[in-house]
Amino acid sequence: MDGAPTLERLAGQDGPALRAAGAWTAQHAGAIERLVRDAERRARKEAAVEIDVSHIARLDTFGAWLIERLRRALTRENNAPRLTGLAEDYRGLVEAVRNAGNDAEPRQKEPGAIVLMLAAIGHAMSEVADTLIQLANMTGAIILAGLRIAVRPQTFRFTSLIHHMEQVGWRAVPIMVLITFLIGCIIAQQGIFHFRKFGADVYVVDMVGVLVLREIGVLIVAIMVAGRSGSAYTAELGSMKMREEIDALRTMGFDPVEVLIVPRVLALIIAMPILAFIGSMAALYGGGLVAWLYGGLQPDIFLSRLREAISLDHFKVGMIKAPFMAAVIGVIACLEGFNVRGSAESLGSHTTSSVVKSIFFVIVLDGVFAIFFASIGM
Amino acid sequence: MTIEARNIVKQFGAFRALDDVDLRVEGGELVALLGPSGSGKTTLLRIIAGLDWPDAGEVLFNGESALERGAGERNVGFVFQHYALFRHMSVFENVAFGLRVQPRRLRRSEADIRKRVNDLLDLVQIDWLANRYPGQLSGGQRQRVALARALAIEPRILLLDEPFGALDAKVRKELRRWLRSLHDDIHVTSLFVTHDQEEALEVADRIVVMDKGKIEQIGTPEDVYDNPATAFVHGFIGESIMLPVEVGGGQVRFGPKVLDLESGGAASGPSRLFVRRHDMVLGPAGNGTLEGAVKRVRAFGPILRADVALPGGDGETMIEVDAPRDRALKPGDIVGLKPRRYRIFAAQA
Repeated sequence: MDGAPTLERLAGQDGPALRAAGAWTAQHAGAIERLVRDAERRARKEAAVEIDVSHIARLDTFGAWLIERLRRALTRENNAPRLTGLAEDYRGLVEAVRNAGNDAEPRQKEPGAIVLMLAAIGHAMSEVADTLIQLANMTGAIILAGLRIAVRPQTFRFTSLIHHMEQVGWRAVPIMVLITFLIGCIIAQQGIFHFRKFGADVYVVDMVGVLVLREIGVLIVAIMVAGRSGSAYTAELGSMKMREEIDALRTMGFDPVEVLIVPRVLALIIAMPILAFIGSMAALYGGGLVAWLYGGLQPDIFLSRLREAISLDHFKVGMIKAPFMAAVIGVIACLEGFNVRGSAESLGSHTTSSVVKSIFFVIVLDGVFAIFFASIGM
Repeated sequence: MTIEARNIVKQFGAFRALDDVDLRVEGGELVALLGPSGSGKTTLLRIIAGLDWPDAGEVLFNGESALERGAGERNVGFVFQHYALFRHMSVFENVAFGLRVQPRRLRRSEADIRKRVNDLLDLVQIDWLANRYPGQLSGGQRQRVALARALAIEPRILLLDEPFGALDAKVRKELRRWLRSLHDDIHVTSLFVTHDQEEALEVADRIVVMDKGKIEQIGTPEDVYDNPATAFVHGFIGESIMLPVEVGGGQVRFGPKVLDLESGGAASGPSRLFVRRHDMVLGPAGNGTLEGAVKRVRAFGPILRADVALPGGDGETMIEVDAPRDRALKPGDIVGLKPRRYRIFAAQA
């Protein structure tokens, strides 16, 4: 009896039947698996109403499960084939296997490339929506904390404000000046190189002036601030979060937004217009220098041309944008810092995403301002 | 101050961190929340502190709902696992911090604050470190500072999250005795989280054993150790020997062998027999005992510790038992084991 497993097709009492025989155990796993797979494949064409298991010599969980699989494959419109001749010893096992498999989910089809792509887009969109909600949340919390401070100014932490202004303002000046100076040089050089073909050298001054004051000065500074100070905010707050210092503040009755975020964001809002101004001046200086040394444009001509080309509006456009960009960078950086969870990886990834998101939102904001100023004619 | 948590549910995404948890801590008690990691004990502590909010349920302090109040308004002292000391402040300033920021009407004068901080540093026995910075302290000293800082605001409740988790074994032992005696002095209602059963058994008035977001048992240390309510508690607290047995018709079988044990109230079917190692008595093989062959014998201080292989239903089960030092045991001996005290729980599905 205890022989190799077999599965035969034969005519039963009320229709075609399958008879399983031999040892249906894990030792013969390969053989039974093959038998059952063949039977399953044929099951669509060749139905069976009965599975005769009376000749099975030995049965273990593996065999019981394959019989159950066979039974499911042969099930037609909720009519499962009967299991006949099941030995009393094995009844419990077969029942258990039947019930165990019941709540298993049906195997899902691998989604296709298009579905995966759409799913990824959907995920990304819901992430963007999440970010926007969190930003609104954080902005609200900061405004609320700001109002509380306005009511009780003695609770404001001036030391912290000054400390952060030094960090993000004063200490950032050299690198900002260097970068914007170089950008001014490059714009002037490119302008002269290309305008010379049309004999329009002198308009380089218009281009440098307008571009630097309206866009480049503040935008370059904002991007630098996002990379330099925004990431520092995220890292500081994130590591405080990791060390549970923020929770400690809360248990001692502090509002972390009031204590940690308001001074930081305020420092950035104060520092950024100053940096944008210094940056714009450095860029104009660089532009003028290149125009003189490379384009042969005398400084006095440059200055008088500049006076004609630009108006106070251009300067205002750049300066008005600066504090808003600072606020966006500050809020995003602090939000990302607060979102850091226990691990060091989390700190790193939030710092990265702080920089990426800040730069993205700064550029979006710049676009919105461009539309706004165009429509009010500035 | 009593703390009461009623039907607390907390869900993190698909993961249920707390599943309908009920807990009551009496005033002046020192209670340990004990469980493996991921059992929800820290989450429960954070909810009581007001650092997290439950999805459902209530938290009551002295019968008043605490959920409307934020962490800062609950007057709770919290000691964090990694101390969370402010690194740019001296020890003195760290402890004084909570006092300096109290609302004006409650705030003490500078002289009062000074006195209070010095008293606290005295209490935690680190007064000579007042002017150091956290970076210059050892782990145990930082833990004392954290405790002093938590106590500074005269909290009605003291919550400690794995207070000795980051310390080495010797300092842990010393600090937990000290915590116990400190608690006996100041009697503030305290709740501390730990995964170390020894710590919980030694320090706490009562122990709350948690697993998978549920409370398995609440009781005194003796109670939890001697009368575990569930298989999990028996396995988790104290060293236990677990054997798969079959209960049927009032008999307990291990493999084919009927044991001389009473099934108690255990239902028929596959079950698990739990025995403390010191309750397993080594004797001659005979009827109704667990029979096995000694595989290895080690001298272990005043006792001998033997690995015994029990032939069971599927393969061998290896268990460790103790024997008196003077007993001649050698590998290969066939011995009988008889549990002196034991518990039988139904096997989990």
